[in-house]
Amino acid sequence: MTKIIRSASAGTLESNDVFVEIEPWDQGLQLTLESLVKQQFGDAIERSVRETLAQCGVEQAKLSVVDQGALDCVLRARVETAVARGREGQA
Amino acid sequence: MRRSMLFLPGNTPRMLINGAFLGADAIIFDLEDAVAPAEKDAARILVRNTMRYMDLGGCEVIVRINSIDTGFWKADLDQILPEKPGLILLPKTGSAADVLEAGAYITELEDKLGFDRNTVGLMPLIETALGVENAYAIASASDRVAALFLGAEDLTADLRCQRTKAGREIEYARTRLVTAARAAGVDVYDTPFTDVNDDEGIEVDAALAKALGFTGKASISPRHVEAINRVFSPTQKEIDYAYEVMEAIRVAKEQGKGAIALYGKMIDAPIVARAEQTIAAAKEMGLGREEQV
Repeated sequence: MTKIIRSASAGTLESNDVFVEIEPWDQGLQLTLESLVKQQFGDAIERSVRETLAQCGVEQAKLSVVDQGALDCVLRARVETAVARGREGQA
Repeated sequence: MRRSMLFLPGNTPRMLINGAFLGADAIIFDLEDAVAPAEKDAARILVRNTMRYMDLGGCEVIVRINSIDTGFWKADLDQILPEKPGLILLPKTGSAADVLEAGAYITELEDKLGFDRNTVGLMPLIETALGVENAYAIASASDRVAALFLGAEDLTADLRCQRTKAGREIEYARTRLVTAARAAGVDVYDTPFTDVNDDEGIEVDAALAKALGFTGKASISPRHVEAINRVFSPTQKEIDYAYEVMEAIRVAKEQGKGAIALYGKMIDAPIVARAEQTIAAAKEMGLGREEQV
């Protein structure tokens, strides 16, 4: 399991990007999502975030995702980067 | 076929996801100058994902990694190599030793990934005085080297001269690189023209590069891609002439003639070689003719 030990962020608020913040949390995964396309794609975005966290071995974290129309590959990249920056052992 | 290569900043999603559809034959995902040191980790993951998940419409992908005198280049390759980029652009290559050092690590990764060796080619970026002077040694250092690439901005800083539109200050470097690359049997690409608003200037600069023997030219702006493609494409007249040359050669052989002329000009080996190059380029652009049996 990958432990998030510090607050970290990745991405930007520019168009086609997404800003992801991650924080230590000990009660499972807590996810908040802001997106202009939340109504149409909110479920898909959340699914991608959860899948990426699972691939990174993160089971407990608080995550804030502010989407600016990012493609799925961009979303996954930013989540992975935020995890890498916030995890144990990461400089 | 690489007439044009478009640089795209490696940490800017808007550019990365659209870059393949701006007309360039190749795109260069840039992990070096376009990315701040604190964002190198984010950029290499973003570029990797773009390569892995995006349909780039058959556009060739080249990745400019960080130079081997930084702490970033191995991590760049760790992320990028599994996605099999067409080429790795290696900045600030100054010697054959630089090529061999980068090549050794790429070989290590290729072995680990189960790729054939030399699956991923190297394109040394020559942008120092030392690199220019060592151009042939660099171009011939390894079978992995597919092309040389001239970077005039850093070079002119190293030469301690101003970069100008006319480009007199890089004449030597340009001709030196073309000669070195051709002697080593590899391609050679010209530096970008940096005034993105000068539509006439790019035509002139690209035409000069073509006249000097460059294979193609890089661009930092989508606005320049069309002009570069046009300049580096054979014209219909050149294509027609190339086919006439090959037909004349065929007929001469049938008739047992040694020397032949076309439009009053002797057709010798260099003219045939150039005709073959023109036809090869035309075929890649879909402008070739059906082979006659």
